[in-house]
Amino acid sequence: MSQAALQKLKERFPDAVTQTYTGKGGDDVALVKKEAIAEVCRFLKEDPDLLFDMAPYITAADYMGSEPRFDLVYQMYSTRKNHRIRLRVGVPESDPVVASVTPVWKGANWYERYCWDMYGIRFEGHPDPRRLYMYEEFVGHPLRKDYSLRGRQPLMPERTVDEPFRGPGPTGG
Amino acid sequence: MAKDSDNLLPVHAAPAESPLDAPFPSKRMLVNLGPSHPAMHGTVRAVVELDGETIHGMKLDIGFLHRGFEKTCENVTWTQVFPYTDRLNYVSSIMNNVGYAMAVEKLCDLEIPERARYLRVITSELHRICDHLTLVSAMGLELGAMTVLIYGMEARDLIWDRLTELCGARLTSNYARVGGVSRDMPDGWAEKVLRTLDRSAEMADEIDRLLTRNRIVIDRTRGTGVISRADAIDYGFTGPCLRASGEPYDVRKASPYLVYDRLDFEIPVGTNGDNFDRYLMRMEEMKQSDRIVRQCFEQMQPGAIASDDARFVLPPKPEVYGTIEGAMAHFKIIMEGIQVPPGEAYACVEAANGELGFYAVSDGGGRPYKLGVRAPGWNMLMALPQIMEGHMLADLIPTFDTVNMIGGEVEQ
Amino acid sequence: MSTNSDLDLVPAIATRREDALSGLGKMVSQGLGWARKYSLFQYPFVTACCGMEFMAVAAARYDLDRFGAALPRFSPRQADLLMVVGTINVKQAPILKRVYDSMADPKWVVAFGVCASSGGFYDNYATMQGIDRIIPVDVYIPGCPPRPEQVLDGIIMLQQKIQDQRHQLTEGKQPALPAKG
Repeated sequence: MSQAALQKLKERFPDAVTQTYTGKGGDDVALVKKEAIAEVCRFLKEDPDLLFDMAPYITAADYMGSEPRFDLVYQMYSTRKNHRIRLRVGVPESDPVVASVTPVWKGANWYERYCWDMYGIRFEGHPDPRRLYMYEEFVGHPLRKDYSLRGRQPLMPERTVDEPFRGPGPTGG
Repeated sequence: MAKDSDNLLPVHAAPAESPLDAPFPSKRMLVNLGPSHPAMHGTVRAVVELDGETIHGMKLDIGFLHRGFEKTCENVTWTQVFPYTDRLNYVSSIMNNVGYAMAVEKLCDLEIPERARYLRVITSELHRICDHLTLVSAMGLELGAMTVLIYGMEARDLIWDRLTELCGARLTSNYARVGGVSRDMPDGWAEKVLRTLDRSAEMADEIDRLLTRNRIVIDRTRGTGVISRADAIDYGFTGPCLRASGEPYDVRKASPYLVYDRLDFEIPVGTNGDNFDRYLMRMEEMKQSDRIVRQCFEQMQPGAIASDDARFVLPPKPEVYGTIEGAMAHFKIIMEGIQVPPGEAYACVEAANGELGFYAVSDGGGRPYKLGVRAPGWNMLMALPQIMEGHMLADLIPTFDTVNMIGGEVEQ
Repeated sequence: MSTNSDLDLVPAIATRREDALSGLGKMVSQGLGWARKYSLFQYPFVTACCGMEFMAVAAARYDLDRFGAALPRFSPRQADLLMVVGTINVKQAPILKRVYDSMADPKWVVAFGVCASSGGFYDNYATMQGIDRIIPVDVYIPGCPPRPEQVLDGIIMLQQKIQDQRHQLTEGKQPALPAKG
């Protein structure tokens, strides 16, 4: 369905787009180099054959142990042409800075803040680089694989419950 | 925020004829609509900079309901994720289940039987009606029409009763499974649902008569919270909010999934992109959902409710207790989780709020490697500061209502 | 075990002489208890899915009004029943404590749903494992979300508890003020 879009993208950016493939269920995916992402996105939005006008769903995945560690995923949709495409950008742990696509789509704003908050990927040129979900005193990036699931950082002193099965109460601990 | 403390002239300064006629100086005021606020639908903190009643800037602070959905899902099996997805958009939870199941089925390359598709569509549309009823009732309540809340809750309770008979729970249904659905309709359920739909259509009609031509509602919602079509697309709006701005994008029509290509229904599209249009979208969509459910009951045939692939679906109980293969398959699925082949997939459904997408990455094991949610309410909330620029504070309330930010999905 | 004495309940049966009430005191206590239990002003601290069940409980079918607990007061100063409805996470916890501290005595707290009672099935970096870690709770209503009948059962249990608590017209000594900050 969006094979033509992938083709056109690869022709226009032969060195930035390292690989294109069709994955499970017919999803068309292109692997893009980190340095070229802003240009590629602007091309995808403005080219008259592609017209990916809707703000993409940007998320990241942490493949700890392989290089590059993070994989930024941009899931795009075009309302005019009704096709979808997915971009995957490899972001190494040593240099987790990517150009922001907020100038291209205003709706990319919070998605990039989420990637910073949860994974620690910084976006250059983002108008509001703060954490989205976690509070400012939080240290670390929770969705990274080396952050423990139960690593709570309480904001205020909490009462400990010694007997989790009996629970607190007049006689329980 | 702007520091106007040394600016003595008010912001709408006109040159004064004499010092006695000069208007009083005013400063901008910061008001905190805090995280625990009745009109903030749970847990959004809005810091609003006001000049009199006009909003000149708004900053949203979210994260007060962040429950660590994604990280938790990386630590449970694929089937155990279903209850967590329920609690994303908790007013219409079956749609979340269906979306997630579709993403996993895409990864597993699994086809689901006809009857399972029809059941998924029926329950999704029933929950869509519940979601829209909740929104309209909450909007009525916050605009002062408390009767609407009572009628809406009654209609919603009736539909929930039917869903309790089917799924076991009113709200968080946990109904879909990878490969189909978890249980079949009880006897006589179809007739009961049709009667319930008649009754809830009556109540929706009453709500319509109370609100749609009501002078107060029209004054407060028409022309407020306007967003243009281009802006809405740029922000990534989907669902009724996008359609209210004039863009006819509906996942059910654009890329039909399950059995939506065999059903005959229309998508309402608005013109102005204001609160009133968003409200009208939902009233009309309830009627269309009603139509869809009735057609599904007519078209549905008896059959299996889940795929028979023993790698992903629990075998039926007689086989589990009767044959060795059944017992082993059951054991492996329960203890290790279904082993989803490695890969990544994105599947989206048309939830009540917009395009709800699930991005699932599997490393071949029994637990998701990553599960991302594209929450439809997020984009609308992102655009809220721009929508509210220059409007009055009282317009924030209907806008917040019609945008239908559900805390669970926005904050995952 | 922590020694926060305000987190422990007032014993229902007085075993010490100074806690015992006189005949008149007992009548006053029962009368005040009756009055307080049938006129609860709730502060619904609604966060998540349980809020939908709360709306259903407050609506016409499972009417909360017949227990006298219908009117929500959205200011903690005017409320005496804090219903914590839904998940409380670590970011929300200070706000909950602040709301609780702003409420005037006598006040009661109901943990509505498992997320408020014990964190629910969200045992992770973001969720607080139950609100009783920061505020004392009188009644826990389990369920995810609890059926409205269960909520009404919890309210009736709370009313029983209020009736059995010790009420006085004037407090003999001031209760210990919570620590500031």
